[in-house]
Amino acid sequence: MFGWLVYRDLILAWRRRADVLATVFFFIIVTSLFPLGIGPERELLRSIAPGVVWVAALLASMLSLGRIFGNDYQDGTLEQLVLTPQPTYLVVLAKVLAHWIVSEIPLVVIAPVLGLQFGLSQNTLLTVMISLLLGTPVLSVIGSIGAALTLGLRAANVLVALLVLPLYIPVLIFGSGAVQATVTGTSPQAWLLLLAATLIVSLVFAPWATSAALKISVE
Amino acid sequence: MSNRKINWYKYAAPANFYPLAGKMIPLFAVPSAILFILGMYVGFFVAPTDFQQGESYRILFIHVPAAWVGMFLYVMMAIYAGIGWAFNARLASMMAQAISTTGAIFTFISLVTGSLWGRPAWGVWWVWDARLTSTLILMFLYIGFISLQSSIDDVRRADRAGAVLALVGVINVPIIYFSVQWWNSLHQGATISKNSFKMAPSMATAMFLLLGACWLYSIAVVLARVRYIIREREQEAPWMAEAVA
Repeated sequence: MFGWLVYRDLILAWRRRADVLATVFFFIIVTSLFPLGIGPERELLRSIAPGVVWVAALLASMLSLGRIFGNDYQDGTLEQLVLTPQPTYLVVLAKVLAHWIVSEIPLVVIAPVLGLQFGLSQNTLLTVMISLLLGTPVLSVIGSIGAALTLGLRAANVLVALLVLPLYIPVLIFGSGAVQATVTGTSPQAWLLLLAATLIVSLVFAPWATSAALKISVE
Repeated sequence: MSNRKINWYKYAAPANFYPLAGKMIPLFAVPSAILFILGMYVGFFVAPTDFQQGESYRILFIHVPAAWVGMFLYVMMAIYAGIGWAFNARLASMMAQAISTTGAIFTFISLVTGSLWGRPAWGVWWVWDARLTSTLILMFLYIGFISLQSSIDDVRRADRAGAVLALVGVINVPIIYFSVQWWNSLHQGATISKNSFKMAPSMATAMFLLLGACWLYSIAVVLARVRYIIREREQEAPWMAEAVA
């Protein structure tokens, strides 16, 4: 059931490739806007790069949150999924995993290329990837709470931003902290460990909140 | 053992709570006004001028209570919202909704007064330090709760969705607080702690008087606000016609 649900979501996403690409291009465009707005000085760009990459990743993954449950809610599939004998917790985990693979992995892959634009060293690019790899699942799973709460509401997209962005702040701080530490030449290990701890805690608790929110929204 | 037992569950029904709240409001509003006047008097005329910060430190007499109350009301709101969700208690959910506005206002006051105090004390209106930033985030959490509730038309769904959000927020508040603290700290150390009380007694008196005033004020205002919410939600109920008439 778990594997089937992930597989189904991946196929659905594959048939709507343009949506996924739009998120990736959004990520690329936002990061490219910063040098244009701030100026091309190399030192300045290098010092703001950790924050820029992470904020852009945050916004890009937030944009795609509506897709976790949105389509299934509209055609009634979600109701059936909540009614199945399997725990809703697993349904949520499967959909979050699919969302992570579809919408976040491309960001992790493309991020080092964007880092090159900001003149980051190879060492730093590696930290960017590791921190995004640890941090983006947290974004997906916490974001799923907001996505579930706002199902079928007017102006759901703006509302999701209001609900979810404050909850993303620790991930932003830990993630960009790790990259910043590498830029300044210290070990990013402490930040990455904090990020991993956040990942574990949110993977355990957030799906529970999401399934509660789903049951409220679907009934 | 006294024979007179109060049936507390009775007041969980809006029909019974509505008149009770009406009677309780003056009990909190009047002492609040008295404490406020006393606190203002002590704060402005009795407390000495600070040797470092001059007169401007007097802003803290309202800033600190507002910040405390703003933070505590978030927890209270989450507790009420959780009770309302878990036990399907209408009144608790209404209380959560009533508290959210007051809490947001106090958080806003603490941000504004903090900024007004920061200008003479630090030379800038805003510093990105741990406590300021986490108060700002608390404000965002309040705004999220209020806008989620107001954008859901179905009252029952709004209450429950708000409860999930408030509880998630309450779990997140310590995480956010510590992450922001590790991120940066320029703020002066905590002045009020158990071991060291680094304040002139009259300053502490003014602050605690105003803290009491803020407390009683928020109870009174929340009760008044919950009465309006009851009137709005229960306007079809037969008892409402009698209570209003």
